[in-house]
Amino acid sequence: MSNKCDQPNMDRRKMIGGAIAATGAMTIAPGVILHAASVSDEASSGADAKHRWGMLIDSNKCADGCSACVDACNTEHGLKGHGRPATDAVWIRPVKLKDKQTGRENRLVMMCQHCEHPPCVDVCPTNASFKRVDGIVLVDRHRCIGCRYCMMACPYKARSFIHEALTEQSVNAPRGKGCVESCTLCVHRVDDGVMQTACQEACAEEGHAAILFGDLNDPNSEISKTLKSTNSVQIRADLELNTGVRYLNL
Amino acid sequence: MSKMYYRELYCGTPARYWSGLALLGVIIAIGLGAAYYMEHNGHWVTGMSNQIVWGLPHVFAIFLIVAASGALNVASIGSVFGGPLYKPLGRYSGLLAIGLLAGGLMVLVLDLGRPDRLIVAMTEYNFKSIFAWNVILYTGFFAIVGIYLWTMIDRSVNKYNRTVGFAAFFWRIALTTGTGSIFGFLVAREAYDAAIMAPMFVIMSFSYGLAFFIITLIAAYIWGDRELGDFRLTKLKNLLGVFVGAVFYFTLAYNLTNLYITQHHGIERFILLDGGVYTQMFWIGQIFIGSIIPLFLIYSPAFEKSRWAIAAASVAVLIGGFFQIYVIVIGGQAYPMNLFPGKEVVESGFYDGQVMSYVPTLPEAALGVAGIAVALTMVAVGARVFKVFPETLED
Ligand code: SF4
Ligand code: SF4
Repeated sequence: MSNKCDQPNMDRRKMIGGAIAATGAMTIAPGVILHAASVSDEASSGADAKHRWGMLIDSNKCADGCSACVDACNTEHGLKGHGRPATDAVWIRPVKLKDKQTGRENRLVMMCQHCEHPPCVDVCPTNASFKRVDGIVLVDRHRCIGCRYCMMACPYKARSFIHEALTEQSVNAPRGKGCVESCTLCVHRVDDGVMQTACQEACAEEGHAAILFGDLNDPNSEISKTLKSTNSVQIRADLELNTGVRYLNL
Repeated sequence: MSKMYYRELYCGTPARYWSGLALLGVIIAIGLGAAYYMEHNGHWVTGMSNQIVWGLPHVFAIFLIVAASGALNVASIGSVFGGPLYKPLGRYSGLLAIGLLAGGLMVLVLDLGRPDRLIVAMTEYNFKSIFAWNVILYTGFFAIVGIYLWTMIDRSVNKYNRTVGFAAFFWRIALTTGTGSIFGFLVAREAYDAAIMAPMFVIMSFSYGLAFFIITLIAAYIWGDRELGDFRLTKLKNLLGVFVGAVFYFTLAYNLTNLYITQHHGIERFILLDGGVYTQMFWIGQIFIGSIIPLFLIYSPAFEKSRWAIAAASVAVLIGGFFQIYVIVIGGQAYPMNLFPGKEVVESGFYDGQVMSYVPTLPEAALGVAGIAVALTMVAVGARVFKVFPETLED
């Protein structure tokens, strides 16, 4: 099983990081470092560390040709295409797969996996990418400088860079040209106490119910119970990012 | 040894100097215009997309930044390792390093989605991010090399030269390690997740930096009608040969390690065999132009004393180096990420499993070239204002 070379080599990261840190620290007064004290705390206000929000996607139920979740996400967050698919923002995308060995086909949706150890947050130079205490990974669009390093680092291609000026934005999602964005797990709903994401709602209305949102920390939530009794997987589990989004029947 | 006299560089006639500077000014103005155009319309007017997020400007920027660190080699050899032949060239080496770094950083910053938030990048640091470290390493480089130059030019502080020289030497190794690590830390992408990236970038910097140094040195001495001896140039040439060989060795090691690791066969096949334009850039650009031609020009007895061959070899090293960075930066992104091992992507709403195409646009190129022009302008102005070049470098 061990897929050795694809493992994140933490030792190496630490070593190189340490060497650079040591060199840098020679000239930077320790006081400066204090200044970087966790921004995610303030941005997380309203979030509760008791929860960890996540999703479970049943790939057997994700119906061929359906785009209900994608459409709902676009409407909810005011995402509009400009007829240029390579540069348009995509927060959620359907993917159809075929097992090379068995020929079995499945369909699933991919979005930001809300990693517990998000590489996008690690690499973001300005702390614009951050993880809330309840596990939701977001981008602070006042702080994002548009360097796109997070897009290079995200193993799931979950992020979009905004390539043009935006009009008619949705109040649910402030967005901006030159910044990076991705699925927010409908954080505006969560903060309002609505425990259902737009994609989940649309999928259920369509009669598929392939998406389940909920609190991974609450043993009584439906998502926790399903996860406990079934055999779910994380995509690229070998990277050990402990994603908040899990998949069934993949 | 006779005493060295340094003098400001007058390029023959004033007209020659000012028209050269004006030309650089025009190139920079075009680049700034291009940056404004891209910024104003948004990045969709470039060749970049949500799949290829770093494009031609990054290739230029990384190339210049890596070369900047290498340009300091000659100064380091002179004051840290005590090479008397190189010492008189130390001032110019420092000036060129500062110029190249400034050019590279300008390109990098103007390609940000929000260049207007530069102040955020300078005041908000995520100390886990290699990028944030690089911001510090880059700004520190300006300061250290600036002081280094001061200790070389001002006799009253000359006694600190060696100490500062050591600091500058370690700083620049850290700087290129940091630049290489930008890629070495990306576990998600097959082309990058390799520890060898950092040392490879260090050695690439030696080679590109020295090539820049040799070319501009020859040009400056021709322009300034000054004497440049064969002996010193031959020394520089031999050093370049060693660096080119070392880059070749690292390229070999990088590719062989990938070939050894079965999971990385896909990316290797892509770069070495069927990656189309990237494969061509690798073999023709990086290997043939960047390694074989310069090694031939440098070591062939037929060109032993030929200044033309030294200049040509340096240009070839630069062209090959540019392709090398292009293949690393763009080729590495064009190759699809393997999200679902063992499965084939039949349909995707976001180009999963597909090789992405990237065609650079004119504004991106204009911005990149303007970075080189910034470097040359700083050199031209610096050499005119300060006593950087020795009066004569005859043997
Ligand atoms: S999926 Fe990508 S964008 Fe989302 S948290 Fe993980 S690394 Fe960040
Ligand atoms: S693009 Fe924005 S969010 Fe992403 S790494 Fe850069 S600053 Fe952070």
